[in-house]
Amino acid sequence: MTDLATPLLRERRHLPAFSISAKGLILAGLAAFVAVLSLAPLLRLALTGVAPDGFVDLQRLSDLLLKQRVFTATLNSLYVAVASTILALIVGVLAAVLTVYTNMHAKTAWVFGFVLPLMIPPQVTALAWVQAFSPTSPVLGLFGLALPQGARHPLFSSSGIVLLLGLYNAPLVFLTVRAALRRLPANLVEAARSAGAGGWRVFFTVLLPLARAGIFAGAALSFVSAIGNFGIQAMLGIPARFPTLITLIYQQLNSYGPDALADMASLALMLSLITVAGIGFSSWLGRRTDARVEGLGGAIQIDLGRWRLPVEVAAWVFLATTLILPLSALVTTSLVTGFGQELSLATLTLANYSNALLHHASIREAFLTSLGLTTVAVVVLMVVALFLGYFLSWQRSVEVRLIHMAAELSYALPGIVLGVAMILFFLKPLPVLGFSIYGTVWIILAAYLSNFLALALRPVLGGFAQIDRSLEEASQVAGAGFLQRMRDIIVPLVAPAAFASGIIVFMSALNEIQVSILLVSSSARTIGPMIVFLEEGGSSTLAAAVGCLMIVIVLALMLMASCLSSRLPKGALPWQN
Amino acid sequence: MVAIDIENAAKSYAGKRVLDGVSMHINKGEFVAILGPSGCGKTTLLRLLAGFEKLDDGSIALGGAEVSNRQFTLPPEKRNVGIVFQNYALWPHMSVGDNVGYALKIAGVGTAERKRKSLDALDAVGMRDLSDRAPADLSGGQRQRVALARCLAANPSVMLLDEPLANLDVHLRASMEKEFLAFHKRTGATMLYITHDQSEAMALADRIAVMDRGRLVQFARPHELYREPRDEMVARFIGNGLILPASSIAAASQPGQAVAEVFGTPHRVRASLSGRAGAQLSVHPNDLTLAKGDGEGFSATVERVVYRGSHNQVDFHPDAMPELSLTLHAPLDRRIAPGHAISVRIDDGWVIPAAA
Repeated sequence: MTDLATPLLRERRHLPAFSISAKGLILAGLAAFVAVLSLAPLLRLALTGVAPDGFVDLQRLSDLLLKQRVFTATLNSLYVAVASTILALIVGVLAAVLTVYTNMHAKTAWVFGFVLPLMIPPQVTALAWVQAFSPTSPVLGLFGLALPQGARHPLFSSSGIVLLLGLYNAPLVFLTVRAALRRLPANLVEAARSAGAGGWRVFFTVLLPLARAGIFAGAALSFVSAIGNFGIQAMLGIPARFPTLITLIYQQLNSYGPDALADMASLALMLSLITVAGIGFSSWLGRRTDARVEGLGGAIQIDLGRWRLPVEVAAWVFLATTLILPLSALVTTSLVTGFGQELSLATLTLANYSNALLHHASIREAFLTSLGLTTVAVVVLMVVALFLGYFLSWQRSVEVRLIHMAAELSYALPGIVLGVAMILFFLKPLPVLGFSIYGTVWIILAAYLSNFLALALRPVLGGFAQIDRSLEEASQVAGAGFLQRMRDIIVPLVAPAAFASGIIVFMSALNEIQVSILLVSSSARTIGPMIVFLEEGGSSTLAAAVGCLMIVIVLALMLMASCLSSRLPKGALPWQN
Repeated sequence: MVAIDIENAAKSYAGKRVLDGVSMHINKGEFVAILGPSGCGKTTLLRLLAGFEKLDDGSIALGGAEVSNRQFTLPPEKRNVGIVFQNYALWPHMSVGDNVGYALKIAGVGTAERKRKSLDALDAVGMRDLSDRAPADLSGGQRQRVALARCLAANPSVMLLDEPLANLDVHLRASMEKEFLAFHKRTGATMLYITHDQSEAMALADRIAVMDRGRLVQFARPHELYREPRDEMVARFIGNGLILPASSIAAASQPGQAVAEVFGTPHRVRASLSGRAGAQLSVHPNDLTLAKGDGEGFSATVERVVYRGSHNQVDFHPDAMPELSLTLHAPLDRRIAPGHAISVRIDDGWVIPAAA
C-alpha cells in the first residue's frame, strides 16, 4: 500500500505552490473589482487634490483654501454637520429610550413613522418641507398659519439646513442607540435601584454610560451623512446663498466644467478629511470605557404612569409635524396645476403625474435610467457581496481586509467626493476600448458599484454570522469543491440576507442624488437630481409629483422586504421594531 | 493494515505550539478515542486529519497515502474522510434524506442508487422513516443519528467524531454510547473519537490516546491507562486517580512487584522498575481501604464524610502530610466522622515510571 502511494505523492509534490483554483480566481476578481472602482479613483483624487501637475504645490493649495468663499464654505460645512448631529442625537436618543424602555402604546407604528424619512430621498424631504412652510403653503394655509406673503422663507437659512439635516439623521442615531439599549439587561438597572438610585439617576449613571458606544457610533453616522447630504444642502443652501463645501463643488463644475477639476479635487479632499476626522473623533469618544455586559435578565421596562398620555401625545404631534405635515404639502402640491393653488374638487388634477410618467420625456427617461442602473448594480453587488462576505467571514487575510477597507472608504466618503474621483479617473478614454465613459450611464454605474458595495455587504455579513462554519466544512468533507459549496450550501442559507441587502441597495441607489449629481449629462440622467433640476426650473408641482412617485416606490420596496422579515437576521430591516 | 499514520505532527498558532511532535498509528477498523482536557490539541489534530489546517512539520497519511506534510495539504474535499461535528452541522435547507445523500450526489451517483444508499445508511441508525423530515423537526438524539448516517453513506476511509455527545443530556448520552459501539461493530469503520470525558473514552474505545498540552502522553488500551499510567497527568485524569509520594522502591520477590515506602509504612505495589529513592505512586479511591487495627497502613485524619448511596466517600489527609487531600470509599457500616483518626491500607498501586 505504501509503495503504491509513493508515486502519487511524488506527483503531488511537483505541483506548483499556487495552482489556479476557482477560489483564487474569484478572490483576484474581487480585488480587481475594488481596485478599479474604489481604490484607483480615490488615489487619483488624492493625487490631483494635492499635486495636480505632478508636484506638491502648497502655494496653490493655500491660495485655494484661504479664499474667502472656500474658507466660509468649510466653516459652514462644519457648522451644519456638527449642529445637526447634536439635534439628531437629542431626538434619536429620546426616541430610542421611549420605544425601547417605556410602555408607550403603538410603538411599532410610531417607529415605522419615525424611521420612514430615512428611506425618502433627502431632496424630496427638502422639497416637502419647503412647500409646507412657504408663505403659499397649501397645508398651513388651511389652518390660517401660513407666513405672510413676501416674507423670507424660514427654511432658506443655516438654521433651516441644520433643522432638516438633524431631523433627517435622527433615525440613524435612533437605530444604533436602540441596538445598544436593547443589549442592556434589566438586572443592571435592578442592581442600581437596590443600591438606592432613583429613575433619573439610573438613566444618567448606568444606562447612558453603557449605551455610550452606540450613541457615538450614531453620532459618527449622522455627521458623515449630514456633511455629505447634497439634497438638503443644495435645496435650501443655494437659494439662501449659504455655501457649503458640497454645494461649492457642485457650482464649480456647473460654472467652469471639467477645467475646474483640480480645484474640485482639492475641495473634495478637504471634505474627505473633515469626514474622516469626524468619524475618528466620535469613535475615540465612544471607545474610552468598557461597556461590555453579560446578557442576563429580561428587558428593562419603565412605567410612564400618569405621564404616559402626555408623552404619547407629544410623540405623535412630533410625527405629525415632521412627517405628515411636509408630506401632505407635497401630495397637495402634486395634485394642483400651480404651486400655491388651493386644493379643491375643482383644482384637483392628475396632470402632473401623467406629465411625469408619460409626456415629459426627460423625466420618463430618468426614471428608466435609474431603474436600469439600480437593477444592474443590485444584481452585480449581490453576487460580489456573497463572495466577499464569504472571504471576510471565513477566510480573512490581509488582502481581504484591504478590499473591505477600500469598499468601506468609498461608502463612508460623501457621494460627491466619489463623483469627483470618478470623473478624474474615467475622464480619459479607457485603454484598449479607446472611448471615455464620462457623460454616459456607465460612469454612474461604476460609481454606484463603488459606493454601495459596503452597504450591500452589511446584511450579507450578518447572514454569514448566523451560519455555523461547520455547515460548509461538512460539505467540504462530503467532497464538494468551492463553487459547489457556494451553490448548494452557502447561497441557499445566506439568500434571505442577500435579498435584504439587494432591496436596501435598490432603495439607496434609486434615492441617491449626491453620487450622480456630478455625473449626469443630457444623455444620461438619473431620477434623484431630476427633482432639483425641476425645482430650480420652477416646476414645483411636477417636482412634487416625481417626489410622490419616488415615495410610492420606496413604500412598495419596504413592503416587499417586510414580507421576508421572518427569514432575516434580526435588525436587517431598519424600520422594524 | 494501517488506516491513519501520524508522524511527528507539529502545529503552532501565533507562535504558540498547540501540537508538538505527535506520532500515532491507527489500524483499520479500530475505535480510537483522543482524550484530553480542553486546549490539549485534540481538536487541532482532528482538523489536521480532515485537512482544514496545514501542518507546520511532520506528516499524515490516510490508508497509506500521504495527505499532509510541510509542503502540501490535500484539501478536505479530496480526502474521503467523514466527520460527525459536535453541533452535527446538518444542512437546515435540505431534508434528512438529502443531507445523507449529499456526498453521493457530489460523487455523481445516480438518483435511484443514491436514494437506496441513503436509505440504507438511515436504516443503520434506525431513522429510515424520517427521510423526508427537515433537520429542524428532529430531536437532539435523532440529529445525532442523521449526522452518523450522513457520515456512513459517504463510505469514508476514516470517521472522525468531534465530541459528538457533548450537546446531549446525560440519559441520551448513555444510550448513544451503546449505539456507537453497536454501530462500530456493525460497520467495522475506522473511528477516531475526540472527547474530554474519560469515562466516555473508557467505555467506547479500543485504544485511548491521552493528550496534554500538545503532546501525546500515552496511547494504550483503557485498562492499561487505568492500571499503569505513564505519568502523573494520566494517573490523575483517569478514574479519579490519586498520587502518593513513595520514598523508596525496593525490588520484591515476584517480577513486576516492588515494596514502596509510603508515609513511613511499606506497601506492596506494582512497578516496572525498582531500586529508586523517590517516586510517585498512582492509586485509585477503590485501592485504599480502612485498616482494622493499628500497625497496618498509614495513619490519617478524616476531613469530611459524604453519603454516596452504595458507600461513604471519605475525604482525609495523611498525618505525615496534612496538606495532601485524599479520598477513599468506606462501607456504610463503618461509623466515622470528621476529626476521627483512621489508618489506611494501600491494596494496589502502580509506581509511575516517569521521573517525578
